[in-house]
Amino acid sequence: MSKELVKGNEAVGEAAIRAGCRYFFGYPITPQNEIPEYISARMPEVDGVFLQAESEVAAINMVYGAGGAGGRIMTSSSSPGISLKQEGISYIAGAEVPCVIVNMIRGGPGLGTIQPAQSDYFQATKGGGHGDYRMIVLGPSNLQELVDLTYEAFDLADRYRNPVMVLGDGVMGQMMEPVVFPEMRDLDELPEKEWATTGRGQRDETNLINSLYLDPQDSYEHNMRLADKYARIKENETRFKTLHADDAEYMFVAYGTVARIVRKAIESLREEGHRVGLLRPITLWPFPDEAFEQLVEQVKGFLTVEMSTGQMFEDVRLALNGAVPAEFYGTTGGIMPDYRDVAEQMKKTMDKVGDAS
Amino acid sequence: MDRQILIAGFGGQGVMLMGQMLAYSAMKKDYNVSWMPSYGPEQRGGTANCGVVISEQPVGSPVVNEPTECVAMNLPSLEKFADTVVPGGCLLINSSLADADVNRDDITILRIPASEEAEQLGEVRVANMIMLGALSEATSLLSVEYLKDMLSEVLPERRHGLIPLNEKALDRGRELAQKQLAVK
Repeated sequence: MSKELVKGNEAVGEAAIRAGCRYFFGYPITPQNEIPEYISARMPEVDGVFLQAESEVAAINMVYGAGGAGGRIMTSSSSPGISLKQEGISYIAGAEVPCVIVNMIRGGPGLGTIQPAQSDYFQATKGGGHGDYRMIVLGPSNLQELVDLTYEAFDLADRYRNPVMVLGDGVMGQMMEPVVFPEMRDLDELPEKEWATTGRGQRDETNLINSLYLDPQDSYEHNMRLADKYARIKENETRFKTLHADDAEYMFVAYGTVARIVRKAIESLREEGHRVGLLRPITLWPFPDEAFEQLVEQVKGFLTVEMSTGQMFEDVRLALNGAVPAEFYGTTGGIMPDYRDVAEQMKKTMDKVGDAS
Repeated sequence: MDRQILIAGFGGQGVMLMGQMLAYSAMKKDYNVSWMPSYGPEQRGGTANCGVVISEQPVGSPVVNEPTECVAMNLPSLEKFADTVVPGGCLLINSSLADADVNRDDITILRIPASEEAEQLGEVRVANMIMLGALSEATSLLSVEYLKDMLSEVLPERRHGLIPLNEKALDRGRELAQKQLAVK
């Protein structure tokens, strides 16, 4: 397979179609507009459906309906649009409808800016919508990973009957980078969805897609079943990568675009002789807590870097549970951190932790 | 090698394509590359720019704030970015549209009348390829001959009739840069 130079948003569209996505419902918003634009041209070539809805609320409910009928479905948006979709996402999680949702984050709150941010981490990983649900959240750090995770997101969604979010940002959507696309999936080889509302046919019972459990005992059992499923996802699907974990005395924690910048900071710090490394969560939910457990024996301190004022940082602190010091550095509101500032912050962390011990 | 190239101009001057041409050509030589456009509201009817990173290492931030090479296709771009070029770097100015003084003696400055030269070739829109030819010559980044080979892969098929003209433009840019570099 040969490398292609592709824009992130278009790469998402192509990866989704190759994964077997044949239904897309969306509504325009910068900086993710090339996703629906690309898919609107590409979907007719594979006899799929592209529909620009009248709003984000309509789009997510179309996802709910089409997902319930068993198709591979995607919608995409950016922060304010994802906020509008939250009610639908909660229903989809409650009714266990598989689907893929892409959020190319822009700076908030409110209309904010169209520049990149990571300030929707809370919304993505802690609910966003109401109820005791979890969504699988994938945080790619380069366009190849964006392609691979988008492709796989459809399998994860189907395997667990759960919404999966691909969490990018404005940079990831707008930039071009070399990618190799995976094979086109054969739709006939996708697993059958016995639960889908495709008409009763020869089945004994009517399939029903629903999130309403009026009887509290029923509702309790439903929620406990969901909790078991979430525990299974955490057990099986937690992913992270490390860099220089073999000898690092201090570790950065960063995901997505920021992890790229941190890599540059690590290069320059290591040239100066500092033993620093990176822990990069790939699944933001489930969060890779156990990765920290393995590192606390060796690492003296962690510096979390985000394009927010500290959202994933809360998960890092929970994972560390006070075992070693945790520091934070962030830029927010559409500003990207500079790798030199990141390196400088790590030196401060090393001084601070060194002084305390 | 780690090159951070910033290309800036008016919308319509082909600055995005120029960047894509560079990124694609370097990718084909197995470098790590990224291309990143400015995508703020200033694009609409105003200035446009893109950053290209070409590196042997994985690309960190694709946003180019401190270019090793900068191409300024118009005056607003020159005024905005002349000071951001790193010492020892290279600034290429489309002198047809930007003739302001630049107060830098720590960088190489080439003034290429790209728009006028492009008009003489019969198509003002190839000013970008003239600048790319000059950039290639000034930086020995990717040879003009190699860039010519890439044209058919980067340009969409319906534009392939324009390849000979673009090749001429690349050659002309190289020539103009050679002359200025010989004087320096």
